[in-house]
Amino acid sequence: MLSGTDLSLLRGDCCLFTDLSFALNSGELLLLEGRNGSGKTSLMRALAGLIEFESGDLHWDGVAVRKNRQAFHASLVWMAHRVGFKADLTLVENLNFEAVLRPQSDVDFDALLDRLGISRLQRLPMRSLSAGQQRRVALARMSLADSPLWMMDEPFTNLDREGRALVMKLVDEHLGDGGMCIMAVHQDVEVDKTVQRIQL
Amino acid sequence: MTATDVKSPGLLAGLIGVARRDLLLAWKRPGDILNPLFFFAMVAALFPLAVGPSAEQLEFSGPAVLWVAALLAMLLSLNSLFLSDYEDGSLDQMLVSQTPLTVLALGKSIAHWLTSGLPLVLVSPVVALTFRMPFSVIGILMLTLLLGTISLSMLGSIGAALTVGLHRGTALLSLVVLPLAMPVLIFGSRTVALVAAGDGAAGGLYFLAAYAVLVLSFAPFATAAALRISNE
Repeated sequence: MLSGTDLSLLRGDCCLFTDLSFALNSGELLLLEGRNGSGKTSLMRALAGLIEFESGDLHWDGVAVRKNRQAFHASLVWMAHRVGFKADLTLVENLNFEAVLRPQSDVDFDALLDRLGISRLQRLPMRSLSAGQQRRVALARMSLADSPLWMMDEPFTNLDREGRALVMKLVDEHLGDGGMCIMAVHQDVEVDKTVQRIQL
Repeated sequence: MTATDVKSPGLLAGLIGVARRDLLLAWKRPGDILNPLFFFAMVAALFPLAVGPSAEQLEFSGPAVLWVAALLAMLLSLNSLFLSDYEDGSLDQMLVSQTPLTVLALGKSIAHWLTSGLPLVLVSPVVALTFRMPFSVIGILMLTLLLGTISLSMLGSIGAALTVGLHRGTALLSLVVLPLAMPVLIFGSRTVALVAAGDGAAGGLYFLAAYAVLVLSFAPFATAAALRISNE
């Protein structure tokens, strides 16, 4: 369970939010909503531990995140704006590197790539993939990781309609398996699971 | 999703994994390795032409020129150490990794040394011949470069990590790294010069080795801390 109490965040001399509290249990989806520039990505980066909150506490499974950052990072996989793949390496080489960064689940690799529609691209360097295809590889990273907490920053960017449906389906399955998901979006999302919203 | 059946990446696997990825990247973009090497060879090969054929002058200036060229070549290669990871978002992924950032930073520094320091050591005998250096001295030159470039790679990774978020931080990077690199330059070139003059090399080599061990043991922690700060 991820819980935050009285979180506040400053960027420069501008205060993005104060006294933000939430509790996210397994099987739940947390949506961060807001206009462009309202601080969704900053909140996401702060939750992932890349920037420090000005005040407040963030707890993972009852332990303060700043006290056991490694355990928190082991349970976390993050889909950021920039996909974080090396343009010169192939799709497979990029995904193989994931095993260095975080624990991997025993999902069938080939079946997953098939499902995401990227199995033909396995031997191609990342730079020759389109932006949407790269986002699909980033989705493969989420499913390959054995992490209960998914953090997705604008997961629908660059994806076609079928891809957007696939994102929701993967998230749905992940929540069904007892996972959690935090998603920053600026459009409406249809899900039948428990949804919490934070309006920024 | 219980803790027992999870395949966690071990520390050694993390170290080797990140080093292997960087070596693979270097293999796919050989220009990044060859540029500093080419610079080193050019400086060292052009210098004798400019100085003239006087054997005495060449032997006198050889150690200093080779060492300065090696130091600058290392600096040249440092700028790109974390830059591409920063730009494509891989650095963010490493920052939220279960494998400690210190281990990943050490792995990257090792890969950096293997692709920039080690090639310099290996070509230095060829270049040293243009300075009429005797073979016994060339051996010492290689040893000092071997120990010195390890220190430079590790020190450089701190500087590169501190300046990664700044655009065009190259000048700043040199300013951060050079003061810490001065002992390496002084002891490296003076040891070679002393051996050429008939003195012993032990003192200088011991110092360079001690400095390398010292830097090797604290630089990964400093690099990791610097990466966290500059990526805020």
